Amino acid sequence: MKLDDLPSAEHAPIVLSGLTRRFGERVVLDGLNLSIPAGQFLAVVGRSGCGKSTLLRLLAGLDRADGGELRQPAQQSVRVMFQEARLLPWKSVLDNVALGLAPAQREQARDALAEVGLADRADEWPARLSGGQRQRVALARALVHQPRLLLLDEPLGALDALTRLDMQGLIERLWLAHRCTTVLVTHDVGEAVNLADRVVLVENGQVAMDTPVPLARSRNPADPAFVALEHAILQRVLQGPNAQPASTPTPAPAIHVSQLQWAL
Amino acid sequence: MKASWFSRLIPWLAPFTLLALWQLGSSLGWINHRVLPAPLAVLTSGWGLLSSGELFRHLASSFGRAASGFVIGGGLGLIFGLIAGLSRLGEALFDTTLQMLRNIPPLAILPLVILWFGIDESAKVFLVAFGTLFPVYLNTYHGIRSIDPALLEMARSYGVSGRELFRHVVLPGALPSILVGVRYALGIAWILLIVAETLSATSGIGYLAANAREFLQTDIVVLSILLYALLGKVVDSLARWLERRWLQWHPSYFQPA
Repeated sequence: MKLDDLPSAEHAPIVLSGLTRRFGERVVLDGLNLSIPAGQFLAVVGRSGCGKSTLLRLLAGLDRADGGELRQPAQQSVRVMFQEARLLPWKSVLDNVALGLAPAQREQARDALAEVGLADRADEWPARLSGGQRQRVALARALVHQPRLLLLDEPLGALDALTRLDMQGLIERLWLAHRCTTVLVTHDVGEAVNLADRVVLVENGQVAMDTPVPLARSRNPADPAFVALEHAILQRVLQGPNAQPASTPTPAPAIHVSQLQWAL
Repeated sequence: MKASWFSRLIPWLAPFTLLALWQLGSSLGWINHRVLPAPLAVLTSGWGLLSSGELFRHLASSFGRAASGFVIGGGLGLIFGLIAGLSRLGEALFDTTLQMLRNIPPLAILPLVILWFGIDESAKVFLVAFGTLFPVYLNTYHGIRSIDPALLEMARSYGVSGRELFRHVVLPGALPSILVGVRYALGIAWILLIVAETLSATSGIGYLAANAREFLQTDIVVLSILLYALLGKVVDSLARWLERRWLQWHPSYFQPA
C-alpha cells in the first residue's frame, strides 16, 4: 500500500496541527498533532473519554476546534459511519442508501447495497433488519458517495463478536476496493490491528503512541506477530498517561522469546 | 380457519345479546317506549328518515360542519406547530400564547361565540376549529422537537439540508405524533359539534335529537345517538387507515409476516 507515493495535489495528506477542543473547563484535545496520508487506513485507539471521538467529529466537520489547524485537501468529500446505524426508519433500505443522492443515481445505491450483500433486502424497512445488517446498510450508504475520507466511529461496538468479525472482513474488502482514506475510532485493539495500516493512541488529548502495522493483509489474529503487536499496544493503552515517555512498541515480525515460550 | 371465524364473532356477542334482550323487553312491555324505544322502532324511524332523504340532509350538514371546522382548526394547528417546532423565534412568538389558550375548555367560550357569530353556521365551525387547533398544534410541535438529533446530525453530514431535510427527515419523523393529534382532534370535533347543534341549529344530527326531544320522539333521539357513534367510528377508522398507510415503516404497523 504505497498510495502516498503518488505525487499529486489530490493526494495531499490531512494535517492536524496543535488541534485544541475544550468543553467548558475540560480540555479534550490539547494541541494534537497528526498527519494522515491519503489512502491510509488509520485506527485511533484510547480509553473512553480520551478525545478520540471528538477528533473524529472535528475531521467530519460536525464540530469546530477551539484552536490549532486542521488542513484537509480542498473539496474532500467526507462520510461518517456512526456507532448506531442511524438509518431513517421511515425509508426503505434502498432509500436510506440513496439519501442525498440525485434520483438518477439510484442504481449506484443498488450496487452499493449489493456490495455489502443486502441487495435482496432493498425494499425492507430498517426495523426488519438485524443490528449487523443495519450497520452494513450504513456502510453502503457511506460508500455510495465515493468519499475521499471515510470516518468510522466505533461502528462495530454494538455488535456481537461473530457479527463483528464478519463486518471487519467486509470493511477490509470494501476498503481494498475503494482505497479511500479511512479513520477508524475503536476501543478494540484487536480490531485496530486487524484493519489498520497504522495505529494511533490518543491520551490526554494528544497522540501518545503512533505505530505502523507491518502485517500483510488479510491478517490472521492467531498469527504470533499479530498477537505480539496487539499485546504491545494493549499494554501501552493500559499503562495510562502516567507511564514513561511514549515508547513505540516493537512492531515485530520477529518473534519474541516470550511468545516462543507461549507457543510451546 | 374455524378458530379465526369464531374469534372474529366474539366481540359482537355482547352487543347483539343486549340488543336481543332489549327488543324482548320492549315487546313484552317491560320497558316503557317513552323511556327507551324498541330497537325495531329505532330502525323503522331510521328507515323513514332515510327514505325521505331527511337523514342524509342532517348527516351532510353535520359532516360538513365537522369537516370545515377540523380543516380550519387542524390546518392552523399544523401551521403553528410547524413554525414553533422548526424555529426558536416561532416558538418564542407563539408557544406561550397557545399554551394559555389551550387551557380554556372550548365549551367555556360558547356564550362568547354566540355573541360574536350569532347562532348560524360560523359559530359551530368556529367552535370546532377552536377545539381542534390545540391537539394538532401540540402534537406537531412535540413531534418535531422529539426527532432523534442523531438522525438530524447524520442527515446534515450527508449533505441533506433545508427543504430536503424537512421532506425526508423532519416531517416523516414528526408524522406519528401529528397523527395522534389528528385522531384526538377528531374526537373533540364531534363532542363540540353535538353541543353546538343541540343548542342552536336548523339541521344536523344534534338538531334532529333536540327537535325529537321536544316532541318526545325517543326513537329519533336514540337514532341520533347511534348516528354519532357510527360517524365517530367511521372518522376514527379513516384516521387509523391513514396511520397504517403512512406509518408502514413503524414496527407497530407491520403486517404479521
